[in-house]
Formats: sequence, structure tokens, C-alpha cells
Amino acid sequence: MLRIQERLFRCTSLGRGMALGLLAGAALMTGSSLATTPAGAEGKTVTAVMHSGLRVLDPIITTAHITRNHGYMIYDVLVAVDENFEPQPQMADWTISDDNLVYTFTLRDGLTFHDGNPVTAADAVASLKRWGKRDSGGQLLFDVTESLEAKDDKTLVWTLKSPFPALLEIVGKQSAVPPFIMPERVASGSADEAITDYTGSGPFVFVEEEYQPGVSVTYRKFEDYVPREEPANWMAGGKNVKVDQVKWVTMPDAQTAINALMSGEIDYIEQVQIDLLPILETSENVTVETRDELGYQTIGRMNFKYPPFDDVKIRQAAMMALSQENVLGTLIGNPDYYTICGAIFGCGTPLADDSGSGTLTSGGDIEGAKKLLEEAGYDGTPVVLMQPTDVVSLTAQPVVAAQALREAGFNVDMQPMDWQTLVTRRASQAKPSEGGWNMFFTNWMVPEINSPLISPMLNGRGDDAWFGWPEDDEIEVLRAEFIAADTLDKQKEVAVRIQEHTLENVLYIPLGQYASPQARSNKLTGMIPSPVPVFWNVEKAD
Amino acid sequence: MLGYIIRRILAVIPVMTIVAVFVFLLLRLTPGDPAAIIAGDMATPAQLERIRTSLGLSEPLHEQFITWVGLLLQGDLGTSLISNTPVTQMIGQRVWPTINIAILTIVLSVLIAVPMGVLAAWRHRTWVDYVVMAFSVLGFSIPVFVIGYLFIQTFSIGLGWFPVQGYVAPSEGFGAFLSRAILPCLTLATIYVALIARMTRASMLEVLGEDYIRTARAKGVKEIVVLFRHALRNAAVPIMTIIGTGFALLIGGVVVTESVFNIPGIGRLTVDAILARDYPVIQGMILLTSGLYVFINLIIDLSYTFFDPRIRY
Repeated sequence: MLRIQERLFRCTSLGRGMALGLLAGAALMTGSSLATTPAGAEGKTVTAVMHSGLRVLDPIITTAHITRNHGYMIYDVLVAVDENFEPQPQMADWTISDDNLVYTFTLRDGLTFHDGNPVTAADAVASLKRWGKRDSGGQLLFDVTESLEAKDDKTLVWTLKSPFPALLEIVGKQSAVPPFIMPERVASGSADEAITDYTGSGPFVFVEEEYQPGVSVTYRKFEDYVPREEPANWMAGGKNVKVDQVKWVTMPDAQTAINALMSGEIDYIEQVQIDLLPILETSENVTVETRDELGYQTIGRMNFKYPPFDDVKIRQAAMMALSQENVLGTLIGNPDYYTICGAIFGCGTPLADDSGSGTLTSGGDIEGAKKLLEEAGYDGTPVVLMQPTDVVSLTAQPVVAAQALREAGFNVDMQPMDWQTLVTRRASQAKPSEGGWNMFFTNWMVPEINSPLISPMLNGRGDDAWFGWPEDDEIEVLRAEFIAADTLDKQKEVAVRIQEHTLENVLYIPLGQYASPQARSNKLTGMIPSPVPVFWNVEKAD
Repeated sequence: MLGYIIRRILAVIPVMTIVAVFVFLLLRLTPGDPAAIIAGDMATPAQLERIRTSLGLSEPLHEQFITWVGLLLQGDLGTSLISNTPVTQMIGQRVWPTINIAILTIVLSVLIAVPMGVLAAWRHRTWVDYVVMAFSVLGFSIPVFVIGYLFIQTFSIGLGWFPVQGYVAPSEGFGAFLSRAILPCLTLATIYVALIARMTRASMLEVLGEDYIRTARAKGVKEIVVLFRHALRNAAVPIMTIIGTGFALLIGGVVVTESVFNIPGIGRLTVDAILARDYPVIQGMILLTSGLYVFINLIIDLSYTFFDPRIRY
């Protein structure tokens, strides 16, 4: 057949014209430099499919998890938290004055930026100050900061106006914006404009010339990085890099990623869709595991400015109608990967307590919700419920919630939209009938909500609060009490009161916790459990 | 001919101007905020406003437009609001996989579809014709991602002949390029083979009934020469139109195939930019695509004179 075609095309001008023209075109195009190269092409390379493409390279300006993960690849931090939530020295050790007002950090030896310059206290000071302008925890900390100065090249002194017992916890936070240490020339820029110099301080070097936004990013081992001697533990300990390169590639199609892992073209998938797990379980060369045991909390948030949710009783009725089991069963399906959890600070965390969660964790109470709604005198005001249609982890909650609310007697107006429209609309303080909203859903990594200092939903400062804008003086008093608590026991006591207050006033509705399984080739070993996917300590067999 | 080409090229100016104005305004009227994507979930309204200002999104619309057009006239498509990368660089990185895949797809499609269409016309109302037409219906009817997955399951996972996904530039090894490009190209070619084969068959049927074909056969010209020299050349104009349009569609972006085979092409770039409201990238992509359509249409029109000397411009 091929020979016949060759003859046919040889003897016709059409065939000759087309074939020659197109083949010549193909030959001309060979100068293209773009490539998603096969795994293992340059030294020992780990090829990983992350949960989304990397597009923003400044880990301070954004709270996007992928950018935070990028930050951990190329930057180091002063303090890091271990699996017991204890802050541990990373780039620096510290001492605290007797009056708890002065923290003195001393940088360890051997710290070097990727351009060869030593990391100095001035670099750390500039980095912390820029971070303090962006991060909510950092802002709280800088509110009580008297001064933050470099005493010499190795020492920085942080002086407070009043004690802030959680200082190390905040400086060591791993999400959403950790205080990554950058060169002073980079960190001294505006906190509202993205950096353009990616000189890092961490165990991997960002390979700028191979970076393709949203497609792939390559990290090369930083040969001059000096890891700590302690074993790696969560975000703390020695960051020993045992491969030459790590390459993150984006695969928009989950099935393609699974096929690629099973055929050995990639080594790791950060988040596997739970409905696709049975396919992976058939492969002998792949291990599915959950390295981030805390996982995510999915939540509902109401708009406090407009009816009907400006009335606490109606908010309580809505919460009563909802069932975590129904939400998680629809969202995740497999009970191995979700947890019914009434703790606003997340189950498995030091402050976890489920006081006040009542019907939320026991299947909901539609009849009770109907009664409460009647008592509140609900007049049928529509509830504008925003439903994102393009984020897999957020499509189920609005549907389940809308059904439960309707059963309880709410007049629900569910409006589908893409996530971008949702994030724009939720910032609108207009009336729901004029482009505003009444309720939306989102997910948080548990380390982002495990403390009243950092959980955005617990801000009760009205228009300055997070979307929904509750005005709640009592939560602000409780948060101030938490900041002043100097022992874990005292913190827990305040946290229980915050838990009760939050659910009684329905500042938000925690809808349960779920884990995100990861999959790796069995060639990869040494991956440590951590809330952020890290690539130090990882070895790859030939 | 030269005057025609110049006139066509000059006609690009008003077309592109209308496209530019239309796209700019349409994007600004679409709900969405790139600053919200950059800042993430925890940003306060004040932080969002500061980022908007730093991106120039707080400027009046007409000032934003003037700035953009000013840069455009200097050949600068601007900088991505999200990744801070020049749009020309982003398009430069992503356009080559799309072009290479499109060329290979069209080559494969033509090599398969034209002989199929000719055979179907030649053996009109026989089993050959029915098989070709059945294939065409199937090619149109099966969604492209289903074909892609079937190919991956069979040839990559089952037989292990080709990689599952990815793209390697031809400059890094033509074999490596081909091994990764063959399945996506075959997947895409399924539709184009169906399209081109049907068009070839229809055109050929019309031409095969002409007097000069009967004359050629009466003169004892070999059937293969009748079919491919006399008939096909005269049937080529509509076939070239469909090939050219198909090529333009392929260049415009084949998002599903790019996703299934993980090809970093301009289809995905456009969709990602739309989802992130990355205005400069969307504007750049639409301008590029519009320009390519105009250019390819010009090439198609000019090619008519090659196949049919009676056509004059």
C-alpha cells in the first residue's frame, strides 16, 4: 500500500506539491527549542506532576500552594516546624530574653545564596519585613514589633513592644506564606510587586532558562547548600538532596498523569483523584500513600452584611441543615480519605476540639433547621450560593448544601460560574441581587487554619475582615487572649472558647477534613511525611 | 498577482484593528480579576487593590488600551500579568509544538485521506466506498479524547511502542519527536482524514463525470493517471480549501488533544490564560490566531492558481 501511495504521489502534482511543501515545513520547524524531556535525561532526575502549574514565582506575594512549594525548593527559612508542631532551628538558633521581649537569632555557618554570596542577618531582616507586609500572621507579629535589626552579619535582634509567645510558631509557619530568606537586594523591593531575581538560599536552584510558566520548571541540586545534621522531620531537619534534578511538569489531564506514572515516564503525582485510585492500585510499580496526614478542611462561608445571613439564627439554621457526611461522601466518596471533624482548627492538631459541632457531625437535622428558620422569621429572601464549575475539589459542596438548605426551607439561588468569576464576585460588597452573594465554599490546608492567629475566617473586623466581613468584637477579644497565652494549656483553653463562639455565631461552617493521596514510583524512596511536598531526602533507584 | 497579494496584506490592518479593539473591550467586560489569582485566597481587599494598582489594572480603560496599542505598534505584546513573562516569549515557547503537531497531522491526513477519497470515488457504490464512508462517519463521531485514550491504552500501555505523553522538539532528535508526536497526530488525523476523504470523494465524483475524463479513458490513458493527474488536479481546489482550513484550526489550538497527550501548545496556553484572566496573553493569542487565519487563507487562495491555471487574480 505504501509503495502504491509513493507511486501515486510521485506522478501527481498535487501529491508532489503537498508532500514536498509540508515536509519542507516540518523540516524547517525542527529549530524549536521547547521540550518536555523524558525523565532521567539529565543526571538523576525526579519528574513530578504537581497539583497545578507554577506561574507566580514570588512566594511572598501570593498564597498559592504551588508557589509556596516552589519557595521551599529554592529558599530556606529561619525556623521550621517538626511533626509535633514544635518550632526547630533551621537557618538560625535563637535565645529569648527573660522578659520575653527580645528574640536574638544567630545564623548558622555555611549559609550561602545561589549566587555564592553568604546569607547575612541583613538579608534575613529584609526578608522578614517584606513577609510581614503580606502574611496575616506576620502582620500580627509586626503590630507588636518594636524593632527588627541586624546586629552583625550573623545576628538579628527582634524586639517586641509586648510579649508574643507565638512568635516562633508564626516565623516557622509552613503555610500559606512562610518567611523565606532572600537576598536583601531582592527583599527590599515592594511587597506588592513580584520579584524578578530568583536567587535562592535553599537546597535547590531554580533553572530560569528552562522555566515555562504553567508547563514545567526545573530545579538543580545546589551543591554548596549545607544541610543541618538532624534528620529531616516534617519541615525541619537536614535537607539532604540526593538527586541531581527535580522537574515539575504540569499535566492537565489526571488520567494522562496516571498513565505516565504507570509507564515509568514520571516518578510522582502530588495529588491523585480519588476516583482514579483503583487504576493505580493495579500497578506493582507504584505506591499510593498519604504523606500529609492533616490534609484539607472544606468550609462554607456566609455573607454577614446582607439578609438572610445577617441574622445569627438563620445562619444557625443553615448550619443545622448541613451534614459533613453528605458533603464529604459526595466530594470524596471513599471514607478512607475523609474524616468527620467538627474542630475548626482541624483534627489532629494541638488545638483540636469539636465543641459545638453538634448536628454538623451527626448527619444534620433538617427538621430542627426548619423549626429554627421559622422561629427566625425567614421571609424567603433568596440565598445566592456561588458554585464554581471548574475546580474539581469545590464542585460538590454547593450542590449538596443547596439540596439540604432547600429541604430546610431556604429559597436557594445556586449560580454556577468559573472560579475566577467567583473570586472576583466574593470580593464584592454589593447586595446579592446586585452582583453580590450570600454563600460560597472553599478548602484550606489544615496548617492554614490550625490557629486563631492565622485562620482568616476568625477575623471579626468587619470590612477589614476576610470575605463575608463579620463584625465580631468578641472574637477579636478572644484572639487577643490567645496571643497573650504563654503556654499550650492556656492556648487550648482559649481555643475551646473560640471554637464554641465560632460555631455558635456561625463565623463559618467547617464541613470536614479530607486527605489527598499521592502516588510515587517504587524507584523513589525516602520521601518524608510533610504538609508540603518536599524533595530533599528523596532517592531514586536506577 | 503581486497587486492582489499587497491588497490582501493591507486588508489585514483593518481586520487586526477590529480584532484588537473587540478583544480588549470584551476581556475587560468579562468578570474576573487577575490580581485575585496572584494574591490567592487569603488576600484582603486592600492587598488586592495594591496588586491591581501595581499591575496597571486600576488605570482608566482608555489609558490601558493606549498603553497596550503603543507597545503593540513596537512589536511588544506586553507581559503576562500572572507569570511576569513577556507574552512573545510565552507564545514563542508554546507555538512550536502546536505548529509541528499541526504539520505532521496534516501530512498524515493528506497521505491517508486523499488516496482514500480517490478510491471511494473510483469504486463508487461498492464496498470500498462504503468502508471509506463508514470510517469517515466514525472519524467525525468519536470524541477526540476517546480516540486518544484508546491509542494510549493500545500502543503505549498495551504494546509499549510509544511514550504515553510529552513533547520533544525535532531539534532534540527527530526520532524522539516522532515517537511522542505520532499518537497525538494520529488522534487528530482521525477527524481530518474523515473530513478530507469525504471532500476528496465528493470533488472526485463530480470531476469523474466530466467529458475530458471519458476522453482520456477512451484514449487508453492508464486509470491511475486518469485518476491522479487528470481528475484529482481538477478536484483539488475544494480539497485544498479544506486542508488549509483544517491546518488553521489545528494551529488555533487543539486543547483536548494537547491535554490528553500533555503537549505544551498554544491551545492550553490560551485556555490557561482565559481561566486566569491573563489579559495580555489572551490578547496576544487572539491576535496571533487571527493573523494566522488571514495568512493561511491567503496561501490557500494563491494555491488555487497552481492547481487551476484558469484562476487569475
